[in-house]
Amino acid sequence: MTNTILRVNDLKTWFDTESGVVRAVDGVSFEVEAGRTLGIVGESGCGKSMTAYSILGLVPQPPGRIAGGEVFFEDRDLLKLSPRQIRAIRGNEIAMIFQEPMTSLNPVFTVGEQIAEAVRLHQGADRKDAWRRAVELLDLVDIPLPEERAESYPHELSGGMRQRAMIAMAISCDPKLLIADEPTTALDVTIQAQILDVLRRLQEELGMGLMLITHDLGIVAEMAHEVLVMYAGQVVERADVKTLFGSPRHPYTRGLLASVPTMSSGTEELSTIEGTVPDPVGFPAGCRFAPRCDFAVEACGRPQALEDAGDGHLVRCGEWQRVVQAETV
Amino acid sequence: MGSDPSTHINNEAVNDTPTEALSGTPADAVMNEGGESFWRLTRKEFRKNRPALYSLYVLVAMAFLALTADLIAGNKPYYMVYQGETYFPAFRQYAVYTGLMDWPEELRTRRNFKRYEYSEAVFPLIPYAPDEIRLGARYERPGGDHPFGTDRLGRDVLSGLIHGTRYSLTIGLVSVGISLLIGVGLGALAGYLGGWTDLILSRVFELWAAIPPFFLIITAAAFFPPSLFWIMIIIGFTGWVGIARLTRSQFLQVRAFDYIAAARALGCSNLRIMAVHILPNAIAPVLIPAAFGVAGAILAESGLSFLGIGVPAEVITWGSLLAGARSNIAAWWLVIVPGFAIFITVTLYNLLGDGLRDALDPRQRGTA
Repeated sequence: MTNTILRVNDLKTWFDTESGVVRAVDGVSFEVEAGRTLGIVGESGCGKSMTAYSILGLVPQPPGRIAGGEVFFEDRDLLKLSPRQIRAIRGNEIAMIFQEPMTSLNPVFTVGEQIAEAVRLHQGADRKDAWRRAVELLDLVDIPLPEERAESYPHELSGGMRQRAMIAMAISCDPKLLIADEPTTALDVTIQAQILDVLRRLQEELGMGLMLITHDLGIVAEMAHEVLVMYAGQVVERADVKTLFGSPRHPYTRGLLASVPTMSSGTEELSTIEGTVPDPVGFPAGCRFAPRCDFAVEACGRPQALEDAGDGHLVRCGEWQRVVQAETV
Repeated sequence: MGSDPSTHINNEAVNDTPTEALSGTPADAVMNEGGESFWRLTRKEFRKNRPALYSLYVLVAMAFLALTADLIAGNKPYYMVYQGETYFPAFRQYAVYTGLMDWPEELRTRRNFKRYEYSEAVFPLIPYAPDEIRLGARYERPGGDHPFGTDRLGRDVLSGLIHGTRYSLTIGLVSVGISLLIGVGLGALAGYLGGWTDLILSRVFELWAAIPPFFLIITAAAFFPPSLFWIMIIIGFTGWVGIARLTRSQFLQVRAFDYIAAARALGCSNLRIMAVHILPNAIAPVLIPAAFGVAGAILAESGLSFLGIGVPAEVITWGSLLAGARSNIAAWWLVIVPGFAIFITVTLYNLLGDGLRDALDPRQRGTA
């Protein structure tokens, strides 16, 4: 019995630009379950952040538009809600953490005021209660001396502290789903580990679903239960974390994994994926990875479907069996 | 220049804060790891600009003068012994005017206290009210009892000048207040909403900016009764375009920051984002046209009053003092004195505006 809180179905977010239509998110589907973590991996510009923005209705329109699909949060289609209805969900039932803690806090308010604002906005608490709750939340994300830190302005805090404050703001209303968009990218490694610890602990305590967007496979391996690999606006592979790291099937996923340096790999050159992401205005009609793929054959020129490779392991590659064999031989 | 220590310090400050050079909004200041807040940096920068700093001092002194005008120039004594009773009319007048207290009948009927047969009294430094008509002392030259002379009705020019600071200050601040309300409101809408709203509002701004403001003011003044109230409204309603354009560009810039996206993700309404999250981060540069606006409003009022379509005749502003010179060209002091006051005040506000601009615009830093 799974408890699905978010079900995204064939989501399409397109941008009308002067040089053509950019299909930033092109038919993405996935689910997030309560208390579980979905990792979304992919390189810059593959549409992972836009997917998150689309869920919360934060895509700038125009030039962006939701060209199709459904986003079911519990039993409501978020794409069909009025601005007022979606506002009541944002920050309340679905919260989001941004990549840059340096710039995601308003410089003119203290950290406490900003967290208290979130509390007051959705829970109608009075100023005093909201402030008390803000201090409580700062304590919950392991900020020392929360009473004093609540009075600090963002520029007086370090990057890690600010990201903790952002997390405190995000969980202020006990959201059912937390979207973390590259939450640790701007932080140094020791701080990253601490922030991830905080996230994991909060997830257990609050039982919320977590959608973790990142380009760091290490973080995915550590945090996620399920993984979605995106490339050029599409999902190319989807599996639970063990399967994905144990037996990756899409050539792109394999390329990604191969390019992670490991201690055991010795002094060899780092493996890279040749070429660059195709121009988003003119994606190839068939497999979008084909131009960079070592296994490409003529059949790759046709559109590829996301097919089940067993046990719910989805892969968008007609040649995946050959890919897997090539490795084992 | 090279030997000037302040220039040297200035250059260092610029080098220490490279991120500051990108733009003038608080967010950038915060991103600089030097840890100095935007306002502190601005204040420091403003202090270095001597003319602007002294202008501010003089303007504050003028504001003080305006507040205490009744005590410096007036015909009500500080202290008076009249028929054996002691009075403090200069102070008590406020309580009487606001209805808190009352004067004895015989004091209330007279406006000019010098006519009483007091046994003892201490009058203000300039013992004339600005509107005190003394037909025996018409067109007196500067000197003696009247350091700046008297006008057509024997009114003391210095007293009028001192009380006139009240009007110029009020006109300047209220008109700019009205301009700010309109300008910031429309500019914020255009900058935040973008799209068609922005397109239409921007065309309105351009259209409005294309009309010469003084002619607009004169035309409008012809339709409304001559009063201080209407003058302020007319000047306020004609002078908002610069403020609106600047606000628009500021909002365009600030709305792109991450913390605005974060506020939206938090479920803030558009109005809340505009008023609470963007406005405090966008308002600083808008102070610059506001300072120039005060100067412009004072000048506009003087111009209107000089032409006789400004304030009513019994109200003595610098402009109406100047207008008195039209009827007697030989009374040169009626031109020089209020003209100089207007010139000085307008210059001070302009210097203040210049100083604000230099302090708020990091690109100007080190060159001023």
